[in-house]
Amino acid sequence: MIEIRDVHKSFGSLEVLKGVNLSVEKGEVVSVIGGSGSGKSTLLTCINGLEPINSGTILVDGVEVHAKTTDLNKLRRKIGIVFQQFNAFPHLTVLENVTLAPRKVLGMTKAEAEEIAVKQLTHVGLADKLSVYPGRLSGGQQQRMAIARALAMSPAYVLFDEVTSALDPQLVGEVLDTLKLLANEGMTMICVTHEMSFARDVSDRVAFFHQGVLAEIAPPDEFFTAPQHPQTREFLSNIR
Amino acid sequence: MFDTALTLSDLMFLVKGAGMTLAVTFFAVTGGTLLGLLFGVIRANVSVWAALPLIFVLDVFRSVPLLIQLVLANAFQAIAGLNMPPFATSCIVLALYTSAYCTEIVRGAIDAVPTVTRRAARSLGLSWGQDMTYVVFPMALRVALPSWIGLTLGVMKDSALVLWLGLIELLRAGQILVTRLQEPMFILIVVGAIYFLMSFPIARLGGQLEKRWREND
Repeated sequence: MIEIRDVHKSFGSLEVLKGVNLSVEKGEVVSVIGGSGSGKSTLLTCINGLEPINSGTILVDGVEVHAKTTDLNKLRRKIGIVFQQFNAFPHLTVLENVTLAPRKVLGMTKAEAEEIAVKQLTHVGLADKLSVYPGRLSGGQQQRMAIARALAMSPAYVLFDEVTSALDPQLVGEVLDTLKLLANEGMTMICVTHEMSFARDVSDRVAFFHQGVLAEIAPPDEFFTAPQHPQTREFLSNIR
Repeated sequence: MFDTALTLSDLMFLVKGAGMTLAVTFFAVTGGTLLGLLFGVIRANVSVWAALPLIFVLDVFRSVPLLIQLVLANAFQAIAGLNMPPFATSCIVLALYTSAYCTEIVRGAIDAVPTVTRRAARSLGLSWGQDMTYVVFPMALRVALPSWIGLTLGVMKDSALVLWLGLIELLRAGQILVTRLQEPMFILIVVGAIYFLMSFPIARLGGQLEKRWREND
């Protein structure tokens, strides 16, 4: 379970998170939507400790992420994250991209790591690209590789940071299909996204981020048909 | 027809000089690259203020003409009673000079690795050291190689200045022969050709590596 309690975060004098509260249960899929620069992506990088926070607490399975005694390298094994772009390690083949962390972090042998990598790459539909370098992949394939790479660590949670935003429209579908597949398998996911249909069809709850706080969080039916917060209504009417 | 007083033993004298040039260049580039890696990693990872003393010292090595550095270093080591042979003094000065340039190459190459890629590595649980070893260095190497090849070739030619400390390297060997044989044109062509023969394989090696890496992108 991920528990975010009253988290504040500033970059210099700019406060991007102004007291965020959110709990995500095991097996739950939460979509976070909201305008650009509202702090959605920052929240994700705070959850796995890539960014420090100014106050508040983030607990992952009861472990406080920003406590000085927390071994972040260990904690990050169970939190996968996929970014909008530049995910691939360009000097490694697809297979090497996926086996690197299992081998170096989990201490697996090459054979063990490759077995898992092939399984995950098959899962995301890249079984025929094992020895290809990422530069030869399309954007959608690169994102699916990044998802397989995160999954190869057998994480308990996967965070998706606008993974389709940098893609050509015709490539968005294949990545969303992969996310749907994961969601249906019961993976716990927090997805920062601009894809409203994805948020509506796949998530258990949808959260609306506005000016550094979660203005509204509700199951998708409620969220899209009867939004409570005036800013949510305005946001939804603008994108329709 | 063409006629020259240059004998085979004169040619061997030039080859010996070239050997000295290669030796000085080898130690200078090896030492300078190792130091440059260390300083470059420091520069890329600490704030400008913390690195200020390092930046200042390296700027001195980059700004003061190499000739002055060599002569002064040789004088200082004599005053300090270190009794260093000119070869050692030359290699140390050239290595520091090389490291000053190499530091900037390394820092620039590390900075060129996208932050998001490094975050992706760290978020997989890789430690800082693992991120550096398996992700940053291999990616930075591709960025740094052309500049590093250029630096190496430059140092090979700059190493001629060690003749001021009495070392007989390729250019000095050429000068000696010019004085004796009075055939400056021909001898300088031969010396230039030897410099080219030493540089060409290094430049080609760099080109080959770049080509192989590019095929993967």
